[in-house]
This record gives sequence, C-alpha cells and structure tokens, in this order.
Amino acid sequence: MATPASAKTPSPGAAYRVGAIVVGLIFIAGLVLLTGHSPIDVLVAMVKAAFGTEDQFARVLATLVPLTLCACGLIFTFNAGLYNLGVEGQMIIGGIAATLALRLLQDSAPGPVAMAVAILAGIAGGVVWALLAGALNVFGRISEIFAGLGLNFVAQGLAVYLIFGPWKRPGVASMSGTAPFPETLWLPTIGKTEASPVALIAGLVVLVFTVIVMRNTYFGLRLRAVGLNPRSSTVQGIPATRYLLSAFALSGAMAGLAGGLQVLAIFHRLIPNISSNLGFLSLLIVMLGNFNALFVLPLAFFFSALNVGSLTLPIQFQLESALAGVIQGVLVLAALIGRGLSQQARARARAAAVRKG
Amino acid sequence: MKLEELVILIATAVAAATPLVFAVIGETITERAGIVNLSADGTILLAGMAGFGAARATDSIWVGFLAAALVGAAVAAIVAYGAITLKQSQIAIGFILALLCADLSSFLGAPLVLQPGPQVPALPIPGLADVPIIGRIFFSSDGMVYASYLVIGLAWLYLYRMRGGLALRAVGEQPAAAFARGVPVVRLRYLYTILGGALIGIAGAAFTLDMKTGWTYRHTAGYGWIALAIVIFGGWNPLRGAMGAYLFGFLEALASFAQSRVPGVPTQVFAVLPFVLMILVLAATSGEWLTRLIQRAPPALRRLLSANLNAPAPAGLGKAFEQD
Repeated sequence: MATPASAKTPSPGAAYRVGAIVVGLIFIAGLVLLTGHSPIDVLVAMVKAAFGTEDQFARVLATLVPLTLCACGLIFTFNAGLYNLGVEGQMIIGGIAATLALRLLQDSAPGPVAMAVAILAGIAGGVVWALLAGALNVFGRISEIFAGLGLNFVAQGLAVYLIFGPWKRPGVASMSGTAPFPETLWLPTIGKTEASPVALIAGLVVLVFTVIVMRNTYFGLRLRAVGLNPRSSTVQGIPATRYLLSAFALSGAMAGLAGGLQVLAIFHRLIPNISSNLGFLSLLIVMLGNFNALFVLPLAFFFSALNVGSLTLPIQFQLESALAGVIQGVLVLAALIGRGLSQQARARARAAAVRKG
Repeated sequence: MKLEELVILIATAVAAATPLVFAVIGETITERAGIVNLSADGTILLAGMAGFGAARATDSIWVGFLAAALVGAAVAAIVAYGAITLKQSQIAIGFILALLCADLSSFLGAPLVLQPGPQVPALPIPGLADVPIIGRIFFSSDGMVYASYLVIGLAWLYLYRMRGGLALRAVGEQPAAAFARGVPVVRLRYLYTILGGALIGIAGAAFTLDMKTGWTYRHTAGYGWIALAIVIFGGWNPLRGAMGAYLFGFLEALASFAQSRVPGVPTQVFAVLPFVLMILVLAATSGEWLTRLIQRAPPALRRLLSANLNAPAPAGLGKAFEQD
C-alpha cells in the first residue's frame, strides 16, 4: 500500500501527516458546529480580533514574547532529553523575584535602574527554581517531570501567599493581585498598546542566541548527544551532569525573564496567575516544532494569535475563549499522531522492500 | 482539639480523598502495565464535566458515572494508541491530552457552570454506622466512599494474588519475557490503560457528583497532577497509593478546619496549602537520599524499611515494546 504512494510523494508517510491535521481540523469544526455556530464565522472573527486593529496586533506581539522566551528555554531542556514541566513555576518565581526587586528599589533607585535590576532578579529567580528541579533530577534521581510539577505548586502557593499576605494591597487583598506599581516603573510601550519594545528585543535576542547555540556551537552538539544518551556521552568524556544542569539553568533563565517581563510590561503588579499557562503552552509549541529552534517564532506567533483572537469569542458568540487551547491541543496531538503513522508507514515500506529484494 | 472534632476531621479526610483514590488506583494499574497516562489532570476535568452534564440531563447519577468512565476510557485509548501502536513518547501524548482535555472541559462545560444537578445520596450503613468512632469515620458517608474501599482491595488482590495480576505486572516489568511466555503484551497494555483511564474518569465524576458537586471553570484543576505524584509516592502499590490519597485528603480537611480557626491567614492560602504540603511530603519521602539512609539502618530495621519504602518503578514503564 505504501509503495505506489511513495512513488508520488517524497516520503511515504507524508499523506498521513497531512491527513491527521485535516482530521484534527474537522474535529475542531465539528465542536464549533456543536455549539450552534458556523466555524467559518468563528474563524473570521478570531482572525479579525487578532489582527483587526493596532491594539489587537500589539497584544499578539505582547503575548508572543513570553511564549518565545519560554519556548527557547525549552529547546535546551528538550534537546537534553528533559521534559521541563516546571517551566510554569520558573516563570512564576521570575515574576515574584522581579516584583520583590521593584518593591525594594522603588523608593530609592531611579525607574530604569530599578527595572533593570528587576529583570535580572527575574532571570535569577527562574534559574534558582530550575536548578532546584535540576538538582532533584540529577542528584536525587527524581523524575524532572514530577520535580517540576511539584515546584509549580510550591511557586503558585508562594505567589498566592505573598499576594494575600505580606504584599497585599492596602485595604483588601484580592485575586487581582498586589497594588500596581507607579508608571515610572512600567516598561515603555509602543503608543498606548500592550507591546513593549524592550520585551520584543529581549525575545528576539534570546531567540537568535538559542538558534546559534543549538546550530553552531559544540555546546549545542554535545547537549544533543547528552539528550540522546547520557550514559554513552559520559563515557565519551562529555560531563553529562554539567550539561543537564546547564540546560535547566538556561531554561529557567528564559522562563524567569518571561515572568519578570510580564510584571514589568504587562500587569505592572504580581497576580496569582502571572504565568497565565503560557509556560505549558510553550511546551506544546516546542513539541509541535519537533524541538527545532527555527520553528519557535512562527509557531509562537500562530499560538499567540489564536490566544488573542479567542478573546472575542465570549463577546461575539458567548463561547469560551478556551477554544484557543482546544485548537492548539488538537493540532499538536494530530501532528504527533501523524508523525507516528508516517513512521509506521515508512517502517512497513522498508520491511516490504527487504522482503522483495 | 476535642475527640469529637478529630473524628469529624478524619471522616472529612476520608471523604475528601475518595475521588483521588479512584484516580490513584486507575493510574497505578496503568503504570503497572508499563504505560504512563500523564493526561490524568485533564481527564478528570473532562470526565467530571461530562459526568455532571450527563447526570443532569438524565437525572441519573448512574448515567453520569458511566459517561465519566467512558470519557476516561476514550482519552486513555488515545494514550494507548499513540504510545503502544505508534510508539510515540508517552509523556508527550499524555501532556498534550492533559492540556487539551482541560480546555475542552472549559469550552464544552460552559453551559453547566454553577448549574444545580443531582448528587450521590448519603447512605450510612445500618449497624456499622453506629459503631463508635469507626462508624462515623468509615461507614457514615455514601456509596462512592464504600466503592473506593472495594476498588483498593480488589486492585491489591488482583495485582498480588491472582494470575491476571501476575500477567499485568509482567507486562510492565519485562514485556519481552512476558511475550516469549505467550502473554499478549500489546492487548494487555491496551486493556489496563483503558481500564485505568475509566477509573480516572470515575474520579472526575466523584468530584462533580459527590465531593465537590457541580461544575465551574477548571473545577478540579491540580488534582490529577497530585494523583500522578501519589502513584510514585505509593510505589505503584494500590494500598500505599491509597494511603497517599488519604494523606492528601487529611491535609485538605486540616486546611479547611484551620481556615475557620486561624485568623489572619486568607482563605486562598488555605486552598493551595494542601498541594504545597503534599509536594513537600513527597519530596521528603522519595528520592535517592532515602535509599541511602535505609542502607545505614540496622539490618532488621533495614529489611523492614526497604520492603516497605523502597519501591522501584516497573522496569518497562514508559518504554515502547517492540514485538518483532
């Protein structure tokens, strides 16, 4: 069955990959139909809501930054063979650390200095939190998946405690977060939109750094070797432990930076949901891009547009904006199943060729 | 604290832990067969929403639990297909489904938010409920709580005392050897992943129809991740896993007990506290350093401790099985 197909297409399994995505899209359209709306109307409205006005497009760019930062960090951990599910917690701690720095410096230091220190604090917080998971993984032999998930709960608990305890806003503490910082401590934005040039540049620099390190350095090459087989790379003289911990630290630094920037550029205060699930979403982005840094930007842009576009759903259609997450999840799942099916088809084609020849 | 209060606290803990017991046993069975179903958090949300919706539509809690079990089984079937047949990363598939099912539950469950619905009725067991203390703690709740005792006992019996359980464990430990002895590895892995998924689904309905009745946005978020952690803490043993679930239930009961008695600490902190404490307990009781500590203990104590505390993961856990 695979032989005639392989004559036409470059890879015998390509049809499966496309087919899986098509099935996924049909499933999503079916879900929307189930709610009594036209999938085309919903799609058009989402595109308009993401790109219709400058403000909306700026919001897409603003969400793009944390997604890109977290995804870049995850490129390192994934290539080292690690599932850094602690990325959410690393982002939260980054936000907490940046808030702490701003609180300490807001009365004594000039705004730009306080903000620079806050960004560095965010990075440091993310690194510490990631290395905690890394140490549990490397030295405690606890799966990084559960070390990370556990630390997410601890970070979330810490944020809630601070917001409702020591850092509660004067008057009544609430889920809306700490008291907002004065405008001198807000990162400048493009016009009156949510997009901050500083954040965008930070995202771009980190992205270029990630692409270069993964493609053009020995560090990237060795990291991949460690990811493929930690034991044999140790035998070949690569200090696996150091590489694994470096991957955790880099991932934490970028997630921490993302968390800090959410405080400085978007929310201007600490809120309980400071990570807004963007860390988990970044895991999906990197999986969909098959751990390749070059795919981070287009996929993060697409996911960001979906998130922003979905904000119109409750207003226009009385639909939940969770549809964005459904679309993202279905597409990533379909891509994974498509990949599996195509690998299977190729293996079958190979086996058939062996039998013939 | 008066005895009366302590009894109520423990009774609350047992009830609060019940949904988690189902999830933990379901995941334990799945992982014993060598498959990690990382989707538990999303599965519980989606099945809980579907169970509540189905029970509300038909006014039958039985239909609700059936719907929840079917949803859990269906999600697990996707995990099984991706992991066993397509040999893709179990972690990746499970994680994607965890997020996807959570968002699906929000999207499809919107009309159910804060709606009234049927609940599992209270059912004190005549006679047993009147036994002092024990009766109040174990036999004065409802059918779901009693069913959870049965599930724990049956899972343990099946795993350790029956032929089927032996094959189940073999499939998770040494799939190649089991296959050589004629055990249908692929079929059993499918079977136990789907069965485990159905139990995880039932856990969802146990929340929405019994312990945390009703439906809201992300109603049970977090419990699935805790269940996964408890399975490891429980050393893939149903009895110890259940103990972990009860410990978490106790922390939850303690938090709601303290909430009304400790002034100055806001409610929201008490809501996240059990999760944080549970993670700290798990961190303290798992990992390499505990093994090292046990090795230094006197021989008699060491044997006792390592039999009960050292619980290695099933050797074939998370690995694809190549039949050829």
